[in-house]
Amino acid sequence: MAKVLQINYQKCTGCRLCELVCAVAHDGKSNPARSRIKVMKWEAEGLYVPMSCNHCQDAPCMNACPVKAIYRDEELGRVMVDYDVCIGCRTCVAVCPFGAMSYNTKDKKVFKCDFCDGDPQCVRFCEVQAIEYVDAEEVSIEKKREAAERLSVAGKEAAVLFGQL
Amino acid sequence: MPLNRKIAYIDLSTGSIETKPIPLEIRKKFLGGRGLDAYLLYNHTKKGCDPLGPDNTLLVSGGILTATCASATARTHVMAKSPLTGLLGSANMGGFFAPEMAWAGFHHLVIKGKAKHPVYIYIHNGEIEIRDARDLWGLSVTETQWAIREELGDQEVKSMVCGPAGENLVRFANVMTGIKNSGGRTGMGCVMGSKNLKAVAARGTMDIDIAHPAEALEFNKRFIDQITSAKVNQTQGTLGTPFIWGATNSWGGIRCRNFQYNQCEYADDIEPERIDEICEETMGPYHMTGCFGCQVHCRAQYKIPEGPYAGRYDEGPEYTSQGAFGGEPDTPRAVTVLTGNHLVDQFGMDNLETGSLISWAMELYELGIIDSKQTDGLDLRFGNDEAVLEMIERICYRKGWLGDTLADGGIAASKKIGKNSFDYLIHVKGMSNLHSDERATPALALNIALSSRGSDHLRSRPAIDLYHLPEEVLRKIYSSPVPYDGPLSSEHTEYIGKAWQVFWQENCYMAVDCLGICKYHTTFLGATLPNFEDWPKVLYYNTGIEMTPKEIWDVAERCNNIERLFNLREGLKKDDPEKGDVLNHRYHDEPTKRGAPDVVGRVIDKKKFLEMRAEIYEHKGWDENGVPTPETLKRLGIDKEPSHLL
Ligand code: SF4
Ligand code: SF4
Ligand code: SF4
Repeated sequence: MAKVLQINYQKCTGCRLCELVCAVAHDGKSNPARSRIKVMKWEAEGLYVPMSCNHCQDAPCMNACPVKAIYRDEELGRVMVDYDVCIGCRTCVAVCPFGAMSYNTKDKKVFKCDFCDGDPQCVRFCEVQAIEYVDAEEVSIEKKREAAERLSVAGKEAAVLFGQL
Repeated sequence: MPLNRKIAYIDLSTGSIETKPIPLEIRKKFLGGRGLDAYLLYNHTKKGCDPLGPDNTLLVSGGILTATCASATARTHVMAKSPLTGLLGSANMGGFFAPEMAWAGFHHLVIKGKAKHPVYIYIHNGEIEIRDARDLWGLSVTETQWAIREELGDQEVKSMVCGPAGENLVRFANVMTGIKNSGGRTGMGCVMGSKNLKAVAARGTMDIDIAHPAEALEFNKRFIDQITSAKVNQTQGTLGTPFIWGATNSWGGIRCRNFQYNQCEYADDIEPERIDEICEETMGPYHMTGCFGCQVHCRAQYKIPEGPYAGRYDEGPEYTSQGAFGGEPDTPRAVTVLTGNHLVDQFGMDNLETGSLISWAMELYELGIIDSKQTDGLDLRFGNDEAVLEMIERICYRKGWLGDTLADGGIAASKKIGKNSFDYLIHVKGMSNLHSDERATPALALNIALSSRGSDHLRSRPAIDLYHLPEEVLRKIYSSPVPYDGPLSSEHTEYIGKAWQVFWQENCYMAVDCLGICKYHTTFLGATLPNFEDWPKVLYYNTGIEMTPKEIWDVAERCNNIERLFNLREGLKKDDPEKGDVLNHRYHDEPTKRGAPDVVGRVIDKKKFLEMRAEIYEHKGWDENGVPTPETLKRLGIDKEPSHLL
């Protein structure tokens, strides 16, 4: 079954270890500029949001690629780049709505998340579980549960308040 | 390779910039970070140089493992001659600066001279430029960093800056990076201010080749598991360092009202749980933050819930701010602690020194040694929250007689205040002690008395003494990599064997500071955390350098001796009340008043203390005056210093 990266940005501590291990695992080099995941930070508010590829169903990068170098790997449900076909025109970089496709100026190649072939290193190293690798179906169930919990807490609090009136 | 990272010599007077590689043999001798900084300081400053003059050399560095795939190696080290103590100035901070500097191509900066007007240094992918900072002068710590990002058009730039306190030459001004990462202690921000250097900004995207990437990753994973499975780090990762406040206070291990008491009576309000409670609405249930690559994430995030600064974001308050703006001045209101913490962060000023000096002034005020004329009418009683916050600002801007006086640090202030004010200054080598009371723990007392940068809990704290670990466990830790079969005691009130523990921890922390690792990742508060046996692997997988545990120990010993040589050159004498390896007389003369039965009524026995001190000199290979013997220097290969190899 297809799995996806589920990000709970509220848990993220902003440490960027995910960036480091992503780069080392793929390229053997420590350099966040090579990471497929990037933590966007608003330090003055304490807000950190890890951003990675969503492996979109109707992937703009795939649709826009003029030489059809981007394909979907059904087994892992991921969007991949075929470097034998890729001409490095960077159209995908331009059209990805999330900035998840990047361009490496040293290797002169586009690059993106590949789920580490099913063992995402960012997930493995993130001890607070801000990034999880979950069945695609579960994502919304989790969110529903959280939202429902918030509602029920609000409901209980409201009941208490009404009781006090 | 991390080993490709260079050293840059920057002269702010002339604008000249020179870069050099760091030869492998120098790496093996000093590794990096604090150790190599100490070598550079000793080699690049002249005896007796004015700490605020152009000849003082400011060193900025990352550890040898910084920006590699080794966890929690984000530490930035800063060194210079201290304007607070006149001895070694040295500060270490977490955050994101040192890794960024490494990706920009550098591990060490040697900054000399003084710019004609405010400037900042910008390091980017192997290039260094000196830029105009006249528009930045006067800005707070965060404003400065944000303005630099705006100017350079790059939100990823990391800057270490001095705040208004550094500009105003407050002698204990910090170097700051991020919201609250502080290169605190000994006034390194003051040295920046004196050089008209507002900031050092870095941004880099250069590769660091990892020698053995797969092994480095796997070892890092093991390391992280070891570190995060320690109970102490789990608690730290949810509550931050304040988690120790409750226990230490109820035991009687803190100081309150400038050492009059060793327990604060109304401490519940500043417990971390309470702070979480009043900040939960603004910060939510997950609210911890960490330094680069760190899975301990020891800092809480908060927004000040009320008062004139309501809504301001900050991080902390760590254990030290609890003491500085809560326990010590006896104003245990959470909002005061949060606000005080925020003010010193934005001014760029040492929280510990600030809180200690204010509390000292409070005692002097209550004793009538200073009066309301000297405080410009401020009612400086203990417990007066407003007065504490007001004094923080007065010190930063040198406002009023007392603000200006305290801004020069304790020893200079005591000379200006006169009478017997010096007797009440709780310091070592002119630097205030943490809000901790070491009268029940001779090992910790020896640690602060001996520390190379003045009273210090981060140079050698055998804090695991308090866990009463079985002696075999202690022996296992303290007999490697150098065999030790002398006495050891798991009793914290004892004097025997403590000299060795302090010596061992001192080398342990120096090694950590050379590697660039954070102290929560070694034997400090937890006994099961990595140390000498683990570091050779992490060093090898990341850099390819092969070293034994004993060789790393030797590096640490070597660097500690260089720091000592620097201090001796600048006038340290072992019994000097201002610069010596001694404690304030109150440690010996005034028994503790509060706390648990094993604490109450304690003093540090002067005779035993001096014996312990003589013993540690011996372990270190120093003579009876605390001077490294020629044999020691020869054994460590530093008998020809200054050697000017770099
Ligand atoms: S490793 Fe986890 S906590 Fe750290 S930055 Fe990445 S997502 Fe956030
Ligand atoms: S690179 Fe961007 S567009 Fe392409 S699949 Fe990933 S998120 Fe979607
Ligand atoms: S799954 Fe792998 S490739 Fe994708 S962001 Fe995480 S570490 Fe990088």
